[in-house]
Amino acid sequence: MKYLVLLIGDGELKPWSEHTADEQSEVMRRFEAFDAACREREGVEVLAGEALAGPTHVTTVRTRGGETRLTEGPYAEVIEQLGGFYLVEAPDLDVLLELLRILPAYDMQLSPAVDPY
Amino acid sequence: MTAADDALEQVVREEWGRLVALLLVRFRRLDLVEDALGDAVEAASRTWPVDGAPDNPAAWLMTTARRRVLDRLRTEEVSRRKQALLVTDADLRQEGTRTMADAGSQVEDDVLRLVLMCTHPALAPEAASALSLRLVLGVPTHDIARLFLVPEPTMAARITRAKKRIIGAGIPFAVPDATVLPDRLDTVAQTAYLAFTAGYAPGSGPDLLRAELAGEAVRLVRTVLGLRPDEPVLVALLALVLLQHSRRDARVSEGRLVLLPDQDRSRWHHDEVEEAMSLLAHPVLTRPVTLLTASYALQARIAAEHARALRPEDTRWEQVVALYDALLDLAPSPGARLARAVAVAEAHGPAAGLAALEGVDIPTGHRVAAVRAELLARGGDPVAARAAYDQAIAACRNEVELAHLRERRAALG
Repeated sequence: MKYLVLLIGDGELKPWSEHTADEQSEVMRRFEAFDAACREREGVEVLAGEALAGPTHVTTVRTRGGETRLTEGPYAEVIEQLGGFYLVEAPDLDVLLELLRILPAYDMQLSPAVDPY
Repeated sequence: MTAADDALEQVVREEWGRLVALLLVRFRRLDLVEDALGDAVEAASRTWPVDGAPDNPAAWLMTTARRRVLDRLRTEEVSRRKQALLVTDADLRQEGTRTMADAGSQVEDDVLRLVLMCTHPALAPEAASALSLRLVLGVPTHDIARLFLVPEPTMAARITRAKKRIIGAGIPFAVPDATVLPDRLDTVAQTAYLAFTAGYAPGSGPDLLRAELAGEAVRLVRTVLGLRPDEPVLVALLALVLLQHSRRDARVSEGRLVLLPDQDRSRWHHDEVEEAMSLLAHPVLTRPVTLLTASYALQARIAAEHARALRPEDTRWEQVVALYDALLDLAPSPGARLARAVAVAEAHGPAAGLAALEGVDIPTGHRVAAVRAELLARGGDPVAARAAYDQAIAACRNEVELAHLRERRAALG
C-alpha cells in the first residue's frame, strides 16, 4: 500500500527554532535512521519526502461558484503546522507504524492512497 | 431442541473464530467471509435436523462457506469488479492455504492474528469491541447491539464500517513485531473489558438481559488467554471479569437492584470465584507487570476481598481501603475514589466516609450523590440525606437504580 505521511505538528517536541545545535543534529540523525530502516525493510520504499516551508509562504486556492480565489496562509488551522511529508510504499499499517517510531515524536496523519486498479 | 441443533450451536460457539481465521487466510476477503459463514450456518440449521449432523461439523461449515465465497468470486469475475484484499503477514503468504486439519498451533496463530486485527488501536474502541465479538466469537449482531444499547441497524453499520476501515487503512491480519506485541495485547484486554463493562453499564430501561451478554466478553477474554496462556494482562483481566460477573444473579431481585451488602451470597457463582482466585495466584502476577495489568489485578483483588467474605460483616474493610489506596496511586479515577470512600465508611464509620468523599466529583450520573445520601442517613442527618437523595434521583437514568433510590429516600420517613 502507498501512504501519505503528513508530519503535522511538533507534538511533545519543542519548536525547531528552540532546539540547540546538538538537538537539531539528533533530529536529523533520526530522519537519516528512518531512511536507512526503510531501505533495509523488505516491501518498503520512500517514494518521496520533503520538508515544507512555513505557513507564511503557503497559498490556499478555493473555487466557489466557478470563481477561483487565492488567500495567504494555510487551508485550515491544523495544516498550519504541516512541516513535511513522506510518500511511503509499505506492506501494511503496522510495518509503517513500526518504522515511523524512528522519527521524532511529531503528530502525524497517515492517509492511504487509493489503489486505482 | 434436537441433537442436530445442539451440534450446530456447539460448533458455532467453539469454532467460529477458527473458521473465520481460516477463511481469511484462504481468501483475504473480510467483506465476504462473515456472510459466507453465516449462510453456511443457516444452511446447516435447515439440513442437519433432516439429514443428521455430519461427523465433522466444523469441516462441513468450512466446506459450505468456502463454496459460498467461491460462488461470489465467480460472480465478481463476470462483473469484473476488483476488490481490495486484506493484508496478511509475509509468513502467512509463504505458507499458503490452511485446512481445519492443520496443526493446532498454526490455526491458533491465525486466531491470534484475527484477534489482533479486530482490536487494532487504529480502530475506534467500541467498533473494535463489537467486531471482536462478531468475528472471533460469532455473537449475533442483534445481541451486540443490545449489549452496547444501540439499534441493530446502527450496530450492523458500525461493524461493516470497521471491516471496510481494516481493508482501507491497511490494518494487517498479522502478529506484530515483538517490541509492539505487549502494547497490542494491552489493547486486546481493554477492548474486551469495554465489551464487558457495556453489559453492566446503566441503561435507560430494564437491562437484566445485558449482564448475560457481558458473559460473551468473559468468553472473549478466556479465548484470547487460551491463545496466550501466560500473558499477565489477560490473567489479571479474566480474574477481574469473572469476579464481577459471578455476582450477576444476586445483583437483581424482582426487578430491583440489590447492593453488595444485601446480596444473597449463595447466588454468587462460586465456581467462577474459585477460578478467579487461582488466576490471582498465577506466578506471572508476582513479577513486574504493566500499569494496566497492575490496575486490573488490584481491582480483581478488591473484588476477591468481597468474594471471600461469607457474610458482609466478614469483609476485611481495612484491606479493601489499602487496595484502593494502591489503585489510586497507580491510576487515580473519581470512580475509584468514590468506592474507596464507601470502604472507608465501612471501616471507620459514616463520618470518615463523608470526609473521604470530599472533593470527589463525577459530573454526569447519580452515584456520588447516592453514596453521600446513604452516609448522611447512616450518620443520623435525615434532612441532608433527603436533599442528597433528591439530587441522586434527579440525575439517575436507570430504572432499576431509580427504584432503589426512591425506596431509600422513603425509608428516611
